[in-house]
Amino acid sequence: MNITVNRAFGPAVEGEAVVSEEGFSPRYDLDRWTGVITKPGHKLEGTSIVDKICFFPTAKGGIAAGWAFYDIKWKKIAPRAFIFGVTNPVMVQGAVFAGIPITEGWSPHPRDAVRTGDWVRVDPARKIIEVLKRKS
Amino acid sequence: MKLTTEEQSILGGGRGEAAKRALEYQLEVGRFWGAKRFVPVTNVHMMGDIEVMGDGGLAWLKEEAGRGARCVVGTTTNARCMDFAHCERMGQDAGEAVKEKELIATLRRMDVVTTDTCINYQTVYQPHLGEHVAWGDTGTVIYANSVFGARSNFEAGPAALAAALTGRTPEYGFHLDEHRKGTFAVELKARLDDLADWGAVGKLVGESHQNYYAVPVFHGYRRAPGADELKHLGAALASYGSMGMFHFVGVTPEAPSTLPSERMVVSDPDLDLVYRKYNLGDGDARLVVFSGPQQSLFEMKYLASLFKDRKVKAGGTCIVTTNSAILRQSRDLGYAKTLEDAGVTILEGVCFYILQNLSPMREKNRWTNMVSNSAKIVNIIGAHRFNTILRRSADCVEIACSGVLK
Repeated sequence: MNITVNRAFGPAVEGEAVVSEEGFSPRYDLDRWTGVITKPGHKLEGTSIVDKICFFPTAKGGIAAGWAFYDIKWKKIAPRAFIFGVTNPVMVQGAVFAGIPITEGWSPHPRDAVRTGDWVRVDPARKIIEVLKRKS
Repeated sequence: MKLTTEEQSILGGGRGEAAKRALEYQLEVGRFWGAKRFVPVTNVHMMGDIEVMGDGGLAWLKEEAGRGARCVVGTTTNARCMDFAHCERMGQDAGEAVKEKELIATLRRMDVVTTDTCINYQTVYQPHLGEHVAWGDTGTVIYANSVFGARSNFEAGPAALAAALTGRTPEYGFHLDEHRKGTFAVELKARLDDLADWGAVGKLVGESHQNYYAVPVFHGYRRAPGADELKHLGAALASYGSMGMFHFVGVTPEAPSTLPSERMVVSDPDLDLVYRKYNLGDGDARLVVFSGPQQSLFEMKYLASLFKDRKVKAGGTCIVTTNSAILRQSRDLGYAKTLEDAGVTILEGVCFYILQNLSPMREKNRWTNMVSNSAKIVNIIGAHRFNTILRRSADCVEIACSGVLK
């Protein structure tokens, strides 16, 4: 099943999906030296987002996030794409600045279409996300 | 996007390579959001320090400065990650301090006014109704939109700097009338006697409506709130809810005369529950922080009155952050001396949350809890693995001086 998105930036990429039920901020939730989500109690606490295609329902807070994407790209611990249900300008400004694909809005909801560990392809030009291979 | 002749000229390199690259970047962001055009901005407030930018950001900034990047509108900086007078004692890296100085020099080369404050709206620049600006951090943006009726989106560091170089920003979000309308009403039945209470309101309203375009309309409050109260409310709404605007009936310039149909109420028992719900962890009461946003002059005065003739408990640390202008006035007025006599550390031009080396600092001091009267900072510091506790200002002072966490 494919997911269509409303807005999108960046080149097409493939990677392993990480699907979160909780929103995300690279400043509030992420250890920016390892790429692991470290905020105590976050639903993905302990999960690495390095080289992943990350699905987050919402974006949280912070202007500082705008530099954080470039910073983690520079450190080679960035995800391959950010897929947001609802995002905010900072996430988009930061992702565009870092050249990381980002999308907003989804149909159907990822919970009905993709699971953590599935291999997916994000195509911003076509505004579509395809599940290429299910996690075995 | 529809471009003016001037914008076409910038894209053609008419204002140099840096302005061209900045506008190309802004075009991508504008296209994402469906902006139809750019709007001129009169003021920019940007976040940029070594802790948030990292080595990659600094390298990029130096390249742009080398390409001739210069601000074409007044541009100020947000709080940064080091107070050089304190960095050794705070256990911050000498190498990073060198980079931070290099970064500041690079910004100045680009004509950025390095004010190092997150309360520019209280101390540096107050835009007027309808004025388009490009600001970040989030607390400055929500204050500009809500209290002044100015127009800004959350502008991340690179986006704000691009606006400074081109003098414009893509017209989407809060630059447009359609996003500035209230979307739900919040009746304030609570007393709200302390700044922490205003932050707690922001937490309750923000957490339950996480959406950049959710615009709460506050009404029914027993009196008119002051600037510091609106500051803590806005900072918390932006932090917990990612919100960029609120209205306050009878107070803010664009508040509606008819309330939206969705309603919520915040009363005293709701606030009591917020405070009760914080997990006190192992009871560690050795770190109390007044920061995020920086303290205004009146907050400094109030803290001085609370700390007068008292002492921070031995082994404890109490940190207050403010900007250089407020600190100078606080020294002249004796507030800073009162605080320092009590054992409080005052840091200038920084925010506790973005202090360079904060996680190692926490480990070295074996801090487990952080107590603050700022709902914003207790929300945003989680990635550094602090257990955070919101308390009212006087309670924070009592905790700092008694060493007992309640």
